[in-house]
Amino acid sequence: MYKIAVLGDRDSIYGFATLGLETFPVTDPDAGADTLKRLAMTDYAVIYITESLKAQIEDEIEKFRDQKLPAIIPIPGVSGNTGQGMVDVKRLVEQAVGSDIIFNNDN
Amino acid sequence: MARKKQVNPTRMELTKLKKKLATAVRGHKLLKDKRDELMRQFLDLVRENKALRERVEEGIARANKDFVLARAGMEDEEVNAAFMAPRQNVALEASFKNVMSVEVPVFEYRTKTADENDIFSYGYAFTSSDLDGAVASLSTVLQDMLRLAEVEKSCQLMAAEIEKTRRRVNALEHVMIPDTQEQIKYIQMKLDENERSTQIRLMKVKDMMLEETHHYKEKMEAKLQEILAADATEHDAGTV
Repeated sequence: MYKIAVLGDRDSIYGFATLGLETFPVTDPDAGADTLKRLAMTDYAVIYITESLKAQIEDEIEKFRDQKLPAIIPIPGVSGNTGQGMVDVKRLVEQAVGSDIIFNNDN
Repeated sequence: MARKKQVNPTRMELTKLKKKLATAVRGHKLLKDKRDELMRQFLDLVRENKALRERVEEGIARANKDFVLARAGMEDEEVNAAFMAPRQNVALEASFKNVMSVEVPVFEYRTKTADENDIFSYGYAFTSSDLDGAVASLSTVLQDMLRLAEVEKSCQLMAAEIEKTRRRVNALEHVMIPDTQEQIKYIQMKLDENERSTQIRLMKVKDMMLEETHHYKEKMEAKLQEILAADATEHDAGTV
């Protein structure tokens, strides 16, 4: 049985608590990295993370990329959509195909 | 060529290389098939990923707008109190599906309370109605968010596998197979050359041995002398 975590600044994530997801408000990137590591070790299968926090602890997240679990998924925060999530998907296409054939450079 | 590796031109090496080439060609074909199939599935999945992400990002942005409005009309303490004891709880069941040797996760989620709409963890008396709207709009994206997690993780894992497989295919196609072919050709030419030189040597030896037993050369010379002598006498007779 796995759980779902939401990581990021408090204003962006507190609403998810009502849906039954567990929220972990952090602002400091170091604390965020620590929390992420702790969550990844325990039984959290999905960790949603705000784009702004993700941008600051990219190295930590990279370590979990090749693992089957957890899935670390960026979501936009309250401060707006940085588009980083889409850029990541685009990068996946580039990694797999060699060039971007899905987005056609439209964003 | 610079990358040519020195090999012993022996029959044993040739057999070994031929076996290696057969394996490499077979492996190349299999890996290419694997790459093509992975690519096909990946492209389908990544298109879904893009659509889901667009939907989720839009939904969350909408919810966030509502949350900001709600926060503007309420005290921090009230908001905290409203979200202190969530009624809903999502439990996730993760299994794995094997897609061309890549293990991708499949999530199945269960909510604690039977009614999925039972998400409001507060009484409506002290909270702004914007908060209700925010929570409701967030709840509509939950399903998409979970599907997004599944699809995006699968895409990540498959992209890594495709990259690896593509490298292997290229290494086999452009390095391993041509190198081995070249080595085989080299050994075959060397062996042919050896065979020819052995044959010539044997012919030479045979000549020498025949010469030794039958003295052809001496006999031939004697015969030549004889003919010359006969020729000379005939010539003499003619002049007289």
